[in-house]
Amino acid sequence: MARTGSNRSAFPPDWWARGAWLLLLAYLLYAASHLELTPARFAAGLEHGAKFLARLFPPDFRRWELLVKGMVESLQIAVVASALGSLLSLPLALLAARNLMPVWASWPARAVMVVCRSFHPVIVAILFVKAVGFGALAGILALTVASVGFLGKLMTEAIEEISLKQVEAVRATGAPFASVVTYAVLPQVFSRFVGFVSYETDANLRNSTMVGIVGAGGIGGTLFAAFQRFDYDFVCAIVLTIIALIMAGEVLTVQVKKVFRA
Amino acid sequence: MSAALSVRGLVKEYVPGKPVLRGIDLDFEARGISAVIGPSGTGKSTLIRCINRLVEPTAGQVIFEGRDLVKLSRAELRSARRRIGMVFQEYNLVERLSVMENLLCGRLGYVSPLKAWLRRYPGGDIARAFELLDIVGLGDFAQARADSLSGGQRQRVGIARAMMQEPRLLLADEPTSSLDPKTSVEIMGLMQTLAQAHGFPVIVNIHNVELARRFADRIVGMTGGGVVYDGTPERITEQHLKEIYGGEDWLE
Repeated sequence: MARTGSNRSAFPPDWWARGAWLLLLAYLLYAASHLELTPARFAAGLEHGAKFLARLFPPDFRRWELLVKGMVESLQIAVVASALGSLLSLPLALLAARNLMPVWASWPARAVMVVCRSFHPVIVAILFVKAVGFGALAGILALTVASVGFLGKLMTEAIEEISLKQVEAVRATGAPFASVVTYAVLPQVFSRFVGFVSYETDANLRNSTMVGIVGAGGIGGTLFAAFQRFDYDFVCAIVLTIIALIMAGEVLTVQVKKVFRA
Repeated sequence: MSAALSVRGLVKEYVPGKPVLRGIDLDFEARGISAVIGPSGTGKSTLIRCINRLVEPTAGQVIFEGRDLVKLSRAELRSARRRIGMVFQEYNLVERLSVMENLLCGRLGYVSPLKAWLRRYPGGDIARAFELLDIVGLGDFAQARADSLSGGQRQRVGIARAMMQEPRLLLADEPTSSLDPKTSVEIMGLMQTLAQAHGFPVIVNIHNVELARRFADRIVGMTGGGVVYDGTPERITEQHLKEIYGGEDWLE
């Protein structure tokens, strides 16, 4: 039955949606009060922050040997972990690609990647510190695991998007499977892989400065110790150096991608 | 003389109970172009792909050089495929590889994966590749990337890649459907020349009846998964074409 005249409304009120918005607002207010998020607390925090900022400057580079040693170790952890991660994730991604492999091969490979991706690198680093002891080895292993998780997933998706026509043509020549992979699959995905690896190296560079906090080597340990001793000017020097390193890494990855025409 | 290729009782069902090919029987002599015509979806592509088992047949035999290809193991099938060249509608070149690398794909069945990856091909293969590039008129394009070529050039590379295999049988799945009329004639002419020079059977799926009449020595008309005409291009009549494609308005 068609409704007529004044009964029709262009924008009928949706009471369910209004109720939901009200509930959300009520919960926000409750959560804020529960965490004592009051204007007074915020003002106190700002004052504290101002003092902290003041103590950060000027940065203190006098212990530069410690700084350089930590940064070099972090850099090495990042590069070694990225290389290991790339080498491991390539075959794993080939196994996991459902357009090339039967279910019994792709399913376990996917499971390995999911496990690698389940935990934050710092948590994995804690596990490896307990397993292999303090130092860079634990950091390398932790970041390798993280790299396999992410690179594996990205590479698998890239392989699953390739054109199967090219694969069909190479297969029709009687090529063995390994040659089908190197001639029909890898050329289609290689430049994307270069992009993925440089992205992961960038992420590892950042993460490698952090795993040191739990004793897995690198600048993180030095940073954490400086915090504990309230050496805020040294903290500032470390943070500035990390920023410089990440920026340098960014410039480098752009160059790498240019070389491989990504 | 026994046929170079015999297809016996070939059946393919993608969905059980719904055959796309309903028991095809065909013999191909070691010479000349056989054109397979028929409406879209009638199983022409499936027929061609069942011969080199890019599609697995449901039943039947494909006898090539004295062996039933349907019964071969994976390794035996690979070595049989080395002698069966294939040309595709959309060329199916590996776009990011050079023309030379695409041609050498035709030798992958003979070269170990490691040597192929390192591009260490026997000198004879490389000489043959340059020779074929000259034959198909792409002598200056060896280092060009495949995706920089035009459609006609790509199909020439596709044919050269198939010829690199020194095939005893050439399958072509709609080789001219993506090309303009003039290039289509050139491509069919090239395949005719090669087939006559080397003496292997060529099986071509083709939509263009005029091209089929002009270049083929034999026409196989298919409809509904079965063969309804098999004979010389001269004898095919409008009545046959009506039976193959259905209706008659399009013939006006």
